[in-house]
Amino acid sequence: MPYISNTDEQRAAMLAEIGMTPDDLFADVPKEFLCGKLDLPEARSEQQVRDHLAELAGKNHIHLTCFLGGGFYDHFIPSAVYALTSRSEFYTAYTPYQPEVSQGTLQAIYEYQSMICRLTEMDVSNASLYDGGTALYEAMMMALSATGRNKIIIDDSVNPIYRVMIQSYTRNLKIELIETQNEDGLANREAIGKQLDDKTAAIIVQNPNFFGCIDDFTDLSEMAHKKGALVISSVYPISLGILKTPGAMGVDIATGEGQSLGMPMSFGGPYLGFIATRKPLVRKMPGRIVGQTMDAQGRCGFVLTLQAREQHIRRDKATSNICSNEALCALTALVYMSLLGKEGLREVAQLCADKASYAYQKLTSIPGVTPHFRAKWVFNEMVLDLPCDAADVIGRLIEKGFAAGFPLSRYYKGMENSILVAVTEKRTKQQIGMLAEALEAVL
Amino acid sequence: MKLVFEKSVPGRRGLTISKSDVSTSINLKADLLRDKPAELPELSELDVVRHFTELSRRNFGVDTNFYPLGSCTMKYNPKVAERIAAYPGFAHLHPLIPQLRIGGILTQGALQVLYETDLLLREICGMAGFTMQPMAGAHGELTGIMMMAAYHKDRGNKKTTVLIPDSAHGTNPASAAIAGYVVKAVPSDDNGLMDLAKVKKMLNDEVAGVMLTCPNTLGLFNPHVREICDLIHSVDGLAYYDGANLNAIVGKVRPGDLGFDIVHLNLHKTFATPHGGGGPGAGPVGVVEKLVDFLPVSIVVKREDGTYALEYKRPKSIGYIAPFYGNFGIILRAYVYMLMQGDEGLKRIAENAVLNANYIKEKLKPHYDLPHPQTCKHECVFSATRQAAKGVHGIDIAKAIIDAGFHPPTMYFPMIVKEALMIEPTECESKETLDAFIETMIDIAKRAQTDPESVTDCPKTTPVGRLDETKAARELNIASLA
Repeated sequence: MPYISNTDEQRAAMLAEIGMTPDDLFADVPKEFLCGKLDLPEARSEQQVRDHLAELAGKNHIHLTCFLGGGFYDHFIPSAVYALTSRSEFYTAYTPYQPEVSQGTLQAIYEYQSMICRLTEMDVSNASLYDGGTALYEAMMMALSATGRNKIIIDDSVNPIYRVMIQSYTRNLKIELIETQNEDGLANREAIGKQLDDKTAAIIVQNPNFFGCIDDFTDLSEMAHKKGALVISSVYPISLGILKTPGAMGVDIATGEGQSLGMPMSFGGPYLGFIATRKPLVRKMPGRIVGQTMDAQGRCGFVLTLQAREQHIRRDKATSNICSNEALCALTALVYMSLLGKEGLREVAQLCADKASYAYQKLTSIPGVTPHFRAKWVFNEMVLDLPCDAADVIGRLIEKGFAAGFPLSRYYKGMENSILVAVTEKRTKQQIGMLAEALEAVL
Repeated sequence: MKLVFEKSVPGRRGLTISKSDVSTSINLKADLLRDKPAELPELSELDVVRHFTELSRRNFGVDTNFYPLGSCTMKYNPKVAERIAAYPGFAHLHPLIPQLRIGGILTQGALQVLYETDLLLREICGMAGFTMQPMAGAHGELTGIMMMAAYHKDRGNKKTTVLIPDSAHGTNPASAAIAGYVVKAVPSDDNGLMDLAKVKKMLNDEVAGVMLTCPNTLGLFNPHVREICDLIHSVDGLAYYDGANLNAIVGKVRPGDLGFDIVHLNLHKTFATPHGGGGPGAGPVGVVEKLVDFLPVSIVVKREDGTYALEYKRPKSIGYIAPFYGNFGIILRAYVYMLMQGDEGLKRIAENAVLNANYIKEKLKPHYDLPHPQTCKHECVFSATRQAAKGVHGIDIAKAIIDAGFHPPTMYFPMIVKEALMIEPTECESKETLDAFIETMIDIAKRAQTDPESVTDCPKTTPVGRLDETKAARELNIASLA
């Protein structure tokens, strides 16, 4: 049997030593509960299973040149990232309940928290959450609890995947969830201003937003704080290599999807949700937090801290039901940021913006292709209008070897002809040129 | 050991980045930019490799040695699953591809993995359908309770409370509360099981459901479990199975056959996916036929022509609870594991896990108090009360175990056992390993009587000694800022 060490002889010896028979082991389970043979496929050997999965992997078309983003990006991953995160001392460990034998995981989480704070210019970060969507939901729950209010305003320039998640999670809660419609690609100040009142717990926005447009929420923060509300911003971490940070904008809770920090796209997960906030809100923050302390000999070490917020102590009064984090993904992001360093992250962000700007020029020079929004700053993603149905064009470009972008009609009414195109540092000038040629050919 | 930031040398680089091959260089408006670069460390690749290799050596994993952390099922994580998860055909697949026109056809391999994992889990659990989306066990709980709420809403039921035993994992009450329910704790009886009489007393039309772990956190199988489910059903409530301890009965008992309506599984426990230092996990949720319509969007279906597709039109669904299809990389590992086990392999897992737990229980029984001495399933829970009388507490025993080279059991849980030591060996461990652990435990028990100080001043073999947790909370230092 795979992965069982004991032999039949050893099992027999063990049973004899404790005076039991094989039947005794399940004698406490009423007979009628025991099932017979399950209808499962015959067990396969390692070789068979590898062959089978290689065949299935081969049915996934990963050769498409990727201009698909939507919050999930095809960035370059340095080789050392996998080499280090695949060390089994990291990945076969569990939650660091025993700090003396878990300093590796604990220090890494502390460094990850520090790295997220430095990146976002926020004061504190937790040890990570499941993904960018659940991180945004947790931030919203935090704001409701911190303000004691029940109204949330969310602009529709926030990733629609996250917005539908938040709708699911809040369905049974007494929350007034207001969605404002973006104003020419940016968070709609006027609509938000109209909704903002003394019942509002938070305004939720995103930067760069789902359309790739770059915003500055300094004015929104001032507006919200005057009414005692908080501002929550989801942010694309790579963009923070160059863009103004949530901390500098006066945002109260910054969240985001950390996949771009060294994680493969892996068909939707595992990913990494990050959340960072200001010091006064730290006790409202969900999930695990690692803190620095000392042992009796004055040696510095790390432990899980502020656990009084958490479910294993507070049970139904906890700040969240979360009882884990995405530790290995947080480690991945930490290793990635350590390798890129201060200058590397800036370069990657600038490359993304430069290549996107080149793609913008190339694509909008095709007759019939126009930018959907008026002149706006974009980071690495842009909305373009085509002369015909975008979903249809994307389908035809797949046949030519491109995942050319995402059709916005899936989430936005009246945007049937609009395509969202993403460009990362991995895309070459030649690939962008070929996309432009292919697009022109299919129009 | 120094922090990664403290090793930074200005100007040092860890990665050569391709030079720009485009002529454009965009100058964004200055007030949209950050003032100064993020203060990330400046290191060479070798610096980074040495730093994280050193950190890894300050960690303890299943690959290091025996890790009997109760209720966490720290079994061996097969290397083949790691290798397969890294296949480019899976690792480099963009999750939005199937949402493009003809995109489903381009992801048939991944969709087949999701579809077949669903079928395998249905058969193993006796459920009618699964969602793969929840990204951890607790996330699965929340998803399950949201489906419970959707069911009652659909039926026009006015339900307010969820019953949960006092021995339950803390996530159970937290999940129910976050989904909007009032939690009522059901006391355990003298045998450590959910008290049937108390359930009867607490039962009324307001009860939306019950959340049970079976075997429970004491490692005990509740023979009245079907009666409890029937009672809950009598008020149109739903019975929720917390699959945290499925490893004890996998392949032998199906939660569906016990009367449960909703099941969440922790793939990182029973199905051997790595715990990752605390995640990523995966918490698929299965439901019986009457709840299938409420499963989250999307689910994978098999068409008549044999191809796989994502189904989004599900009017009664609770909606999206994850951005895509769950932690695919983790689901894939569990799928590999199940394919290698088959029916016989799964049954062998449960049988060996239970044998190993009972072996430890019987061997240590003379040396530690055992509040619930009956046959256990996957884990046994001792109480260090005898040792505590000598000033040696559960935590001291844990630290002495560390010095012997093992990971300690789960401490102080479940809360209904004083000085709890919760030991779960899993099926993977050999008799030699168990014997060495047992010997260590007996030695510590003896030293607690004869030389308590030799236990209370452990650990001595670790890079740091016992850390001051009060100081950590009071003088909060949770980030090194630039």
